[in-house]
Amino acid sequence: MTEKSEMSLVVKGRRIDGRKANELRKMTAEVGVIPQADGSAKFSMGETVAIAGVYGPKEVLPKHQTKDDRALIRVYYSMLPFSTTDRCRPGPSRRSKEISKVMIDALEAAIITEKYPATAIEIHVQILNANAGTRTAAINAASLALANAGIEMRDLVCAVASGKADDTILLDLFQPEDNFGQADLPIAVMPNRKEITLVQMDGDLSSKEFDEAMKLVMDSAMEIYEVQKAALTGKKEKKK
Amino acid sequence: MSLVNTEFIKESLNNNVRSDGRKLDEYRDIEIETGIIPQANGSARVKLGETEVIAGVKFSVGKPYPDSANKGMFMVNGELSPISNPNYRGGPPSPESIELSRVVDRAIRESKTVNFEDLCIEEGEAAWMLSVDIYPMNSDGNLFDAGVIAALLAIKTAKFPEYDKESGKVAHETRTKKGIKLQNVPVMVTIGKVGSKLLIDPTFEEESIMEARLNIATIDNGNICAMQKGGVTPITNEELKNAVKLATIKGKELRKLLNKY
Repeated sequence: MTEKSEMSLVVKGRRIDGRKANELRKMTAEVGVIPQADGSAKFSMGETVAIAGVYGPKEVLPKHQTKDDRALIRVYYSMLPFSTTDRCRPGPSRRSKEISKVMIDALEAAIITEKYPATAIEIHVQILNANAGTRTAAINAASLALANAGIEMRDLVCAVASGKADDTILLDLFQPEDNFGQADLPIAVMPNRKEITLVQMDGDLSSKEFDEAMKLVMDSAMEIYEVQKAALTGKKEKKK
Repeated sequence: MSLVNTEFIKESLNNNVRSDGRKLDEYRDIEIETGIIPQANGSARVKLGETEVIAGVKFSVGKPYPDSANKGMFMVNGELSPISNPNYRGGPPSPESIELSRVVDRAIRESKTVNFEDLCIEEGEAAWMLSVDIYPMNSDGNLFDAGVIAALLAIKTAKFPEYDKESGKVAHETRTKKGIKLQNVPVMVTIGKVGSKLLIDPTFEEESIMEARLNIATIDNGNICAMQKGGVTPITNEELKNAVKLATIKGKELRKLLNKY
């Protein structure tokens, strides 16, 4: 959020990849991609691809972390070393630990944890290819994988970032808009309940711009939900 | 915390009163002291009610990152040290410690208050690394806001040590009069949600019954520069908007106070 782009990111209302300001990247979703896991999913938003595997409910180890009245949710987010422009070091970084933490908050809101007391539900998410919006793609994949594992949930969790680039409020930033943009606002919502489970933001937004950016996300959440639902019910997403 | 206490706090909140007598949108008293650590290049102690946080700045010289060859480096590290609260454990940094560090880091970095080009000594070769370490001495809630204030004032009062270009060594015992000119005063306001109530600057007791937390950092012109939600309970867009409004108003008040230092 610091560099200013040399080239224009928005020209006559169109972005460099041809999208309109309020347009999501093309999404694909697929469940059951990891047969060994209890539930799994692959979710892509444009070139950003996340794969999630859910293991559990299972025994809590170490035992002292057991919660007697509900399930313990664990999230392990990681980026594969070849997923980024420069190779990123494998293993947990401070960034990935923070993302894992906020993903627990974002997903636990939807899981009916009381149904699985004294168990652990582990969610592993790996970014196969990164082109901005990895945490939101990770949440979309994880929420699908949880549903695929048959974990009882209040709603699916749908996530996307909005932000600002070239002084324009944009939905679902991709790499150049993220690198040379002015603000990034990743949000996760439970679309049927209209409840927000993840809020992060960095950059510079006036409160009016913030409202506008939030509106773009809230208005598009159902679109993400439909893609997730189609993957779960096995129905191919209908082309509009 | 005991059930009696939890119930008492929740019940009082229904009448818009907090267990320490504050209003929902009332900040605790702030006490600030700078230059408390002689060995540090800059330092500050911030008390927010009973919460006490110290921050220290240390300068070192390193090679700039290849993708920002004309800029210095910046790092915030925070630790929920066990000395400050019976609920904190030692060992490798917990996700909560990392979140604290990174939220404080973002508030300061994204506000653009430090012009990182000012930290460059020789493009691609040498640049100052600005390391800020935040340590709670007594943790009675809202380490985020206290951390941002302490870090900001430690940076604001920091003076560069002497750097010898020939040998590439930093003479830590010598201090120059040169400091970092800040462009902005980022202020973070943390808001907790309990039931339908939003409360500002939560104590540790309130944090333990809070369902969700919002950190909102604003800059001089009232724009938002960083934000983070914590806690597993969702919030509505309406609550989020109200929190932003609250943070902007309180941010202005806090900024006035910080400008004195």
